[in-house]
Amino acid sequence: MLKLKYFELFRTLAVVLIALLLTMLFILLISDNKLETMRIFLAEPVSSRSHVGNVIELAIPLIFTGLAMALMFRMNLFNLGAEGIFFFSGLVAAAVGIQTGLSPFVHPLLAILAGGAVGSMIAFVVGFLKAKWDANELVTSLMFNSILLGVGLYILNYFLRDASAYTTSSYKIAATAQLARIIPGTRVHTGLIVALLLVVLVYLFVYKTRWGYELRMTGANRAFAEYSGIKTGRTIVYVHLISGFIAGIGGSIEVLGMHPRFDWTALPGHGFDGALVAMLAKNGPAAVVLSAFFLAYIRVGADMMSRYSDVPAEMLAVIQSVILLLVSADQFLKFWKNRMLLKEAQKNG
Amino acid sequence: MDKLLEILFTTEFAYSIFRVTTPILFAALGALLSNRAGVPNIGLEGIMLTSALVGVIVSAYTGSAWIGLLGAAAGGMLLAWILAFFTLQLKTDVILGGIAINAFASGGTVFILYMLTGEKGTSSQLASKMLPEVHIPLIRDIPVLGPILSGHHVLTYLSIISAVFVYWLLKHTPLGLRIRAVGENPKAAQSVGVRVKRTRYIALVLSGLFASLGGAFMSMGYLSLFTRDMTAGRGWIALAAESMGRSTAVGTTATSFLFGFAQALSNALQLLKIPSELIQTVPYLATVIGLVIYAWQRTRKAQKGG
Repeated sequence: MLKLKYFELFRTLAVVLIALLLTMLFILLISDNKLETMRIFLAEPVSSRSHVGNVIELAIPLIFTGLAMALMFRMNLFNLGAEGIFFFSGLVAAAVGIQTGLSPFVHPLLAILAGGAVGSMIAFVVGFLKAKWDANELVTSLMFNSILLGVGLYILNYFLRDASAYTTSSYKIAATAQLARIIPGTRVHTGLIVALLLVVLVYLFVYKTRWGYELRMTGANRAFAEYSGIKTGRTIVYVHLISGFIAGIGGSIEVLGMHPRFDWTALPGHGFDGALVAMLAKNGPAAVVLSAFFLAYIRVGADMMSRYSDVPAEMLAVIQSVILLLVSADQFLKFWKNRMLLKEAQKNG
Repeated sequence: MDKLLEILFTTEFAYSIFRVTTPILFAALGALLSNRAGVPNIGLEGIMLTSALVGVIVSAYTGSAWIGLLGAAAGGMLLAWILAFFTLQLKTDVILGGIAINAFASGGTVFILYMLTGEKGTSSQLASKMLPEVHIPLIRDIPVLGPILSGHHVLTYLSIISAVFVYWLLKHTPLGLRIRAVGENPKAAQSVGVRVKRTRYIALVLSGLFASLGGAFMSMGYLSLFTRDMTAGRGWIALAAESMGRSTAVGTTATSFLFGFAQALSNALQLLKIPSELIQTVPYLATVIGLVIYAWQRTRKAQKGG
């Protein structure tokens, strides 16, 4: 039975392998300098300290959004609002960050908590509408993303914009609010520690607390959970609060850690990537870290590829959608599992 | 405020409602068919976007807008078929499958565009064609109504014909009956000999067809070229229109026009001195409000009934 236990893991690895092979196939078809392009995609992200740094820097926001999405998906809630919250909370954190006169520890803490609180509030609206009137959370959360982008740009342009800057961006974030670098030669910041700490907290919450148990029960079967006395409406609301908070502090930390000014004029896309991270991780908090690093790795690889070769980074979108389709395909490689089951049965019988 | 009223009570504004409703209505009809068959197609947004690009590319290379339209339709149906294959054959969750289709479209269209033209923003390098406008004789000469109803894009008229067609299809044809049956109770439908999987395939591919017509309108009517992420959430608004329209052809058409009105209003308001960032959120805000009112009414009704 040991083999069967690892079936899901094998399958995920198979999906990853197929995705990488497909990438190679694309490069073979498109690139004029095939071997060099492949080398850039696969090896460049680990070729130097600063490139490894890039991978880690990108993995940090993905861990946050991956965790936020994993909580939603575990509840069978298809809420993609992490995208808009990540953006808007980042703006809130920047608004706090540009203030002056706060001490270096309190300032970022305040900014991050403000971003998280706003994220929680936004997610609460969607969660409340879902719990109370069963309003389709997928559609409302996506509409909220567009609304948050519009309102955020309005605030940026009318209240936070530094007219002396060359591009559309806010005033400089105060040095006291910026997160400290923790690995020399890279831009990896203290946000990594917060992210990993959060992974542990979410793990403990989901598997070791009563609320986490209610969450898992409601996700598995809402009607059954309701019958066994769980207030599923309340569960939906607090999962939204927590998930919004995580996405919110993720956006805040990204801005304070990586951006001297707030300069997003479009949704950054980390929220949607979080959906892929969560699905690859099968919604497990610890596995989110692994899949965030995997996605960050191929992202940085694709980025290097588009910079130093003739293949554009957008190719990755095709690969990512193949991963999404296959990783959630129940029947994919099922025959293999069935054969293992059969063998097991024959051996025992 | 006076200026606003001035804008709203013009024939141009009434005309523009039809124009902006077209893509929403097409996609909402697609949502209607797939939803009624019990396989909600969340990938409409991505299918629209992909078809918008395919239409531009095919029309540019063949020199014919009509062949471009065929290409867009074929592309949309293929994408819907892929979604159907994964959800019906490989048992991918239909929602996640739709999300994957959208992810593909958003980046994949830029990828294809870049491979063909070397640009990532628009298809201005491609000499793509536009589908024509139709001026209806007699009607166009009626005062006030003429300029509102005549002179629309050919796909605008087709969208309204499609709404009638979908109404007829669901109500009066064996296929429509089968679609409704597999959506309401697949096991019961199967027990009386309806091939569930096949019916769902047909419904999904048809939804892809309608979404692709909406996409073709975007790049060969609404605008004359493809731009990155040009569908801008219309596929999602269509899903909201379908659910607010209580999954009926008449209701879906009516709510599509309602959201079209919100969009036209948002376009018209840009003439006033209101920050454009805020105005752009009007269609989405209207959709959320619409959805909430609908959901609130439905639960209240259910509580009264139960």
